[in-house]
Amino acid sequence: MLIHRIEPGGPATSEITDRGLFERRRRLLGLAGASALLGLAPSAWSAGRFASAPRSPLSTAETPNSLRDITGYNNFYEFGTDKTDPPKYAHRLKTRPWTVSVEGLVKRPKVFGIDDLLMFPLEERIYRLRCVEGWSMVIPWIGFPLAHLLKQVEPLGDARFVEFISALDSDTMPGVGMGSLRWPYVEGLRLDEALHPLTLMAVGLYGDILPNQNGAPVRLVVPWKYGFKSGKSIVRIRVVDKQPATAWNQAQPREYGFYSNVNPEVRHPRWSQATERRLGEFGKRPTLMFNGYGDQVAGLYAGMDLRVHF
Amino acid sequence: MPSPAQLGAIRLALLALCVAPALWFFAAAWTDHLGANPVEAVTRGLGDWALRLLLLTLCITPLRRWLAWPWLLKLRRMLGVTAFVYALLHLAAYVWADQFFDWDAIFDDILHRPFITVGFLTFVLLVPLAATSTNAMIRRLGGRRWQKLHRLAYPAAILAVLHFFWMVKLDIREPLVYAAALAGLLGVRLYWRQQARGAVRTSCGGRCSPP
Repeated sequence: MLIHRIEPGGPATSEITDRGLFERRRRLLGLAGASALLGLAPSAWSAGRFASAPRSPLSTAETPNSLRDITGYNNFYEFGTDKTDPPKYAHRLKTRPWTVSVEGLVKRPKVFGIDDLLMFPLEERIYRLRCVEGWSMVIPWIGFPLAHLLKQVEPLGDARFVEFISALDSDTMPGVGMGSLRWPYVEGLRLDEALHPLTLMAVGLYGDILPNQNGAPVRLVVPWKYGFKSGKSIVRIRVVDKQPATAWNQAQPREYGFYSNVNPEVRHPRWSQATERRLGEFGKRPTLMFNGYGDQVAGLYAGMDLRVHF
Repeated sequence: MPSPAQLGAIRLALLALCVAPALWFFAAAWTDHLGANPVEAVTRGLGDWALRLLLLTLCITPLRRWLAWPWLLKLRRMLGVTAFVYALLHLAAYVWADQFFDWDAIFDDILHRPFITVGFLTFVLLVPLAATSTNAMIRRLGGRRWQKLHRLAYPAAILAVLHFFWMVKLDIREPLVYAAALAGLLGVRLYWRQQARGAVRTSCGGRCSPP
């Protein structure tokens, strides 16, 4: 059921929404109303929108991996540490109703319902994903830039970092009982990284709603960093002034830095980061600095020694 | 004690069991049933079986004593050699399918990635054991020296478990299971040695030196 929430005390819709988006919303609400009358599930109308999301020019021209690979080989430790655990168990996660609370050092904190988030203009972004474990994929995400969301809440002057907190529900997540990581899963970005146009909030892939094992209903995608930086099933976003304590960095600080930018020159004790296996290919290919997004993001790290801030 | 015909049948059945995992991986790879990362699945699967068979080889002596089935010794060589063959296939999968003969990368791995360093060492320790697993080699070395050499199976098993421990990112439950099994297998041998020493001491009133 689609409910358009307006938070009490929040800004009037007209203050925060540009005209085009407003028009689209009206049309969608009409569509949603119609589909509700027809007894269609919310996924039915939004799936149609997902399929028609225009492809962003920030997409790579590389061929995406198959849906089978993308949804069958997942790191989502809340559901278990084997790559096939998330596809087996993530269906238990209830992704509706779902809210994302955006709070902290912001002028207008707001709790977004999942349907509010789906109101952002969606686009398809085909990104490379490089896992710290030495494999990579190409994934056609559907989503919207995180910057659009952060602009709505207006970060304050002393905001420096953004913290992303993933869902935690020990009843549906068999992996959290093992004490392998600190739960809930927390990731973080510097504010300028979070506001970068490449940083995406993904709500779908392959023209459809995001499968649970890929981090439904909404996840972060930061394509120039190792995959674990992109938190899944986000429930809370906090704008803060200090560098957040992040999950893998806390578990093994010498192996996983806060930045964790894809960097073929910083080796890991378990995996060579100089090369990677693109799933579906036999040989290995060289890993590119910033996962090939250097032209867009290298400026964020000007003057920093990335061997120290790995 | 089984008859020679029965023993032959047992050995044939064991051989079939030893070959089965390799055939399964071959079939699964052929029919694309190894998931999104078949190279990883095959490499890890072969390593798993090399470790399992190595530990099974170490089970023979305790089982033989507890059950008083001396003929079990006749199965040990097959298990040990199969363990080596799986270790060899595991290494081959890494060199061929994973690294595709990129010797610089392989050398870098052996030098800089501790889990690969100990994995490689494990293999090095297993080579002389496999090479001397024939009747002719036992005769040439003499029983005592052969036995001494084959105690290398113990450090090899320890390094193999360590290889697994250092390979996993965070979830050590699986390597812990192997570590516990190995601790039991080595522990029982230490216990027997202590007992044997005690027995020697009591039999000669503590005056004679141990052999």
